[in-house]
Amino acid sequence: MTLTTTRRAPTAPPEGTTVLAPGRRRAHGRGLRTLLWALAVAVPLAFLAVFFAWPVVVMLAKGFVVDGRLDLSGFADVFARPRTWRIVGLTLAQAGLATALSVLLGVPGAYVLHRRSFRGRAAVRALVTVPFVLPTVVVGVAFRSLLVEGGPLGFLHLDGTFAAIVAALVFFNYAVVVRGVGGLWERLDPRAEQAARALGASPWRAFRTVTLPALAPAIASSASLTFLFCATAFGTVLVLGGLQFGTIETEIWVQTTQFLDLRAAAVLSVVQLVVVAGVLTVAGRARTGRERALALGGERQGERPLTLRRTPGTAPGDGHALALGAAAVTAAVVVLLAVPLVNLVVRSLRVGDRWGLDHYAALSDEPAGVTVSVWTAALTSLRVAALATGIALVVGGLVALVLSRRPRRPAARRALSTMDAVVMLPLGVSAVTVGFGFLLSMHEPFGLHVDLRTSPLLVPIAQAVVAVPLVVRGVLPVLRAIDPRLREVAATLGAGEGRVLGTVDWPLVARPVGLAMGLAFAASLGEFGATSFLARPDAPTLPVVIFRLIGRPGPDSYGTALAASVVLAMLTAGVVAVCERLRSARGGLAVGGEW
Amino acid sequence: MSARGLGVDGVVVRYPAVRRGAPAATAVAGVDLRVAPGEVLALLGPSGCGKSSLLRAVAGLEPLAAGAVTWDGVSVAGVPVHRRGFGLLFQDGQLFPHRDVAGNVAYGLAGRPRGEVAGRVEDLLAVVGLGGYGARAVATLSGGERQRVALARALAPAPRLLLLDEPLSALDRSLRERLALDVRAALLATGTTALFVTHDQDEAFAVADRVAVMAAGRLLQVDAPADLWRAPASRQVAAFLGYEAFVPLAAAPDPLRRFAGESGTLALAPGAFVVAPEGAGELVGTVRAVLTRRGRPALLVDVPGVGPVTALGAPADGAREGSTIALATDPSATATVPA
Repeated sequence: MTLTTTRRAPTAPPEGTTVLAPGRRRAHGRGLRTLLWALAVAVPLAFLAVFFAWPVVVMLAKGFVVDGRLDLSGFADVFARPRTWRIVGLTLAQAGLATALSVLLGVPGAYVLHRRSFRGRAAVRALVTVPFVLPTVVVGVAFRSLLVEGGPLGFLHLDGTFAAIVAALVFFNYAVVVRGVGGLWERLDPRAEQAARALGASPWRAFRTVTLPALAPAIASSASLTFLFCATAFGTVLVLGGLQFGTIETEIWVQTTQFLDLRAAAVLSVVQLVVVAGVLTVAGRARTGRERALALGGERQGERPLTLRRTPGTAPGDGHALALGAAAVTAAVVVLLAVPLVNLVVRSLRVGDRWGLDHYAALSDEPAGVTVSVWTAALTSLRVAALATGIALVVGGLVALVLSRRPRRPAARRALSTMDAVVMLPLGVSAVTVGFGFLLSMHEPFGLHVDLRTSPLLVPIAQAVVAVPLVVRGVLPVLRAIDPRLREVAATLGAGEGRVLGTVDWPLVARPVGLAMGLAFAASLGEFGATSFLARPDAPTLPVVIFRLIGRPGPDSYGTALAASVVLAMLTAGVVAVCERLRSARGGLAVGGEW
Repeated sequence: MSARGLGVDGVVVRYPAVRRGAPAATAVAGVDLRVAPGEVLALLGPSGCGKSSLLRAVAGLEPLAAGAVTWDGVSVAGVPVHRRGFGLLFQDGQLFPHRDVAGNVAYGLAGRPRGEVAGRVEDLLAVVGLGGYGARAVATLSGGERQRVALARALAPAPRLLLLDEPLSALDRSLRERLALDVRAALLATGTTALFVTHDQDEAFAVADRVAVMAAGRLLQVDAPADLWRAPASRQVAAFLGYEAFVPLAAAPDPLRRFAGESGTLALAPGAFVVAPEGAGELVGTVRAVLTRRGRPALLVDVPGVGPVTALGAPADGAREGSTIALATDPSATATVPA
C-alpha cells in the first residue's frame, strides 16, 4: 500500500446516496413496509387459525359442548375407565423407555459419527438417517415382517409385544439423538476437555465432568424431541401394537373411528396436548441453551481419525478403550438398523418359496379392497406432497422470517416468543385430531355454503399444517445465527430492507431452506395420521394404501404391501438424499438447522 | 462553528430495559460534536463509555432518545440507514461470507454500469494494498487482509461520512500500528470525512486530526492530538491518555515545579523521569522493578512525594530492585491539569 499524505478535497455527496427529500415518498415507503410485515405475520397466523386452531376447537367442542352448554363431565367419565389409565401409562412407558434407549445408544453414535473420521463415514451417517425419514407405516411393516411367525426373528416371539414397539421407536429416533448431539459435539472446543486431562482427570472423568455437561443442552433438546415423536407415534404403533398396545394418539383414532366416542377422543386430545406442551416447554428451554452454546464453538477442531489399534505415540489409558467401546456400540446399532430395512427388501422379493418380482408387477394392478393401483397412489402422494411442501414453505418461511427479527420493544419481543410457541403446537397436537377436526369443520366452514371436504386441497393443507414446524425449526436457527451487523453493514452500503433480505439473508439460508423443503416433502409423503381421515376413497395416498393392504388377509396383499413399502421408502430416502447433498455442499454458514 | 459536515447536537441513546420494570440503560448522555468535511475525528474512550452507541446512533442503527444528527445543517432523523450515505466499518469486518473479495467491495456499488464497478473495485483494492485480490474467497484472507477488504468495501460507494468502530482492535499490535497509518492514508487519499472509534490513544493520535475523549456517555474534551496531550482538560482525561501519576503542585518536588503554572495538579506521563547520567541527577528514587518498553530499558521507580512512576533508561552498570538511583526530569512528559 502506498502511503499518500496529500489530502484530497472532501467528496461531494455521491450519486445514488443523495438524501431523499422528506415528504410523501418516504411516508409511502414506510407504509408499504409496515403493510408487508403485517402480511408476513397475518398470513401464517390466519392459515394456522383456520386450518389448525378451528378444526381442533370444533373437534374438542364435539366432546365438551352438550346442548350448547360446556360439559366437562367427560373428563371424570373417561378418567374413571381403567382403559384410559392403561393407555396413558403405556404411552409414557413406551416413550420414556424408547427415549432413554435412544439417548444411551445415540450419544456414543454422535461421538463416533461426528467426532471421529473414518472411511465410509458419510455412508454410515446417511444409513443412520434413513429410518428417521421413513414413513411410520413403513417402519411398522418392516418390523412386522421381521418379527412375524416365519420371519427371520420370528423365533423371538416378539410380534405384537411391548418390546417390539419400543424397538421400532428407537429405530425411528436414533438419528434424532445422533444428529442433535453430534451437531453440537463437532463444534465443541476440545481444549476444555484437554485442560481437564492436564489437571489429572482420566478420559472417562473428563468426559463425565466436562464434555457431558457441555453437551447437556443438546441431549435434553434431542431427548425431548424423541419423547415427543414417541408419545405421538401413530402409524408404527397402529401397525405393530394390534389391539393390545397403543398410544394416546392411536387411542384417539380408535375412539373416533371404531367406538364413535367423540367425548373420549376430545378428552384424550386435551391430555395429549398437556403432555406435549410440557415436553415442548422443556425442549424450548434446552434449545435456548443450545443456541447460546453454539456461539462458543469453533468448527471441527477436535476431529480425529478412528483406528482399531492405538495410535503409535499415545499412551495406554488415553481414551482408546472408550473410543473403541463407542465404536463397538455404534457398529452394533448400525447393523440392527440395517436388518429391518434389508429384510423388508428381501421379503418383498420372496414369492411363496421362490424369488421374483411378482409383488412389484402387482403394483400396477388394482388390489382387492383398494380402488387404485399402487403406482396411481404413489403419483397422488407425490402431487399431494409437492402441494403441501409449497404451502408449508410459504407459511413456515414467513414464520421463520418474522421470528428471526429482534425488535427493540420488549412488548414486541414478548409477542414474538408467544408466536414462536404457537406455531410449534401442530408438532404436538395429534395429527389424528387435526384430521378428524378437518372432517368436522370443513363441511360448510364458518357457515359458508362450500364443502371443503371434497376439495383436492384438503389433504395437502392438512399435511402442510403438520410440516410447518419442520420448516420453522430447520430455517429459524440459521436466520438467528446470522450476525445482525452483517445486515447493518449492508444497510450502510445503501441496501434497503428488501435488498438486504435478498443479498444477505437469502444466500445464507438458501441451503437450509432446501433441506427443510426435503424434510417437509418426506414428512408429507409419509404422513398418515391426518391423511387416513381425509384421503378420498378414490384418491388414497401411498401410506393409506399400504395400511389397507396389510389389513387384508392373504399372502398376495401382504406381498404387495411389502413392495409398496419399499417403493415409498425409496421415494422418501431419495428425496432426503438429494437434500442432504445441499447440506454437505461447500461454503455457507457453519450452523445448520435443528434437524 | 461551521454548519458543514456532521453535526451531533445533544444526542442521547438509551437501551430499553431487558425485563419489565428494570431501568433503561443510558449509553450516551447528551453529546455535542462537529466533524468538518474531510476531517478525521477519533472518538477515544474506555470500553463501555458509549462511543460505539454514539457511532451507531449517527449511522441510524440506534434510535435517538433525544437530540439530533445533522449533515450540512439538515437533520437526517427521517433518513433510513441505507440512504444516509454514511459508511460503517466494524471491528471484525463483517465480510459477506458468500461473496468473494470483489463481490464484497462491489456490494455498495449496485446500480452502476458493470465496467465502472469493476474499475472502482480494482482501484479501491489498490488503495488498501490488495490489488489483484478480487477473486479470492474471504475465508482465505488473514485478519489484516479482511479489515483491508472491509475498508475498501466501505470506501467504494464514496460515503460522505465513514464511521469506523474499533476497526483495528481485533488485530495484533504490530499489524495494528501499521494498519493505522494505512487507514489514515486511505482516508486522506479519498478525502473521506471519518469518525473513528477506538480505545487506544496511540491509534487515535496516529489516525485523527482531532480527538474527542469520551467517558460515561459524555464528551470530556475535543482537541487536536498535540493540544490534547499538552493540556488535558481534566485529571480523568489525562489518566486516560496515559498520564500515570498526579501530584498537587504545592506538594510536588522542586525540580518538577518549575515546569508548571501557578495552581492545579501536575500530571506525569511515563518518561517524565529519565535515568540521569552520572552526577546529573535532580531527584533520587528507589527501584521497584526493572522493565522493558518496546525493547528499551525502563524502571519502575518510587519517587518520594510522587509515588511509583515509570522512568526511562537504565544506569550503565544495571539496576537492581531496592537500589536507589539518580533521576533527571523531562518537561515534555508533564502537563498541568485543574486540581
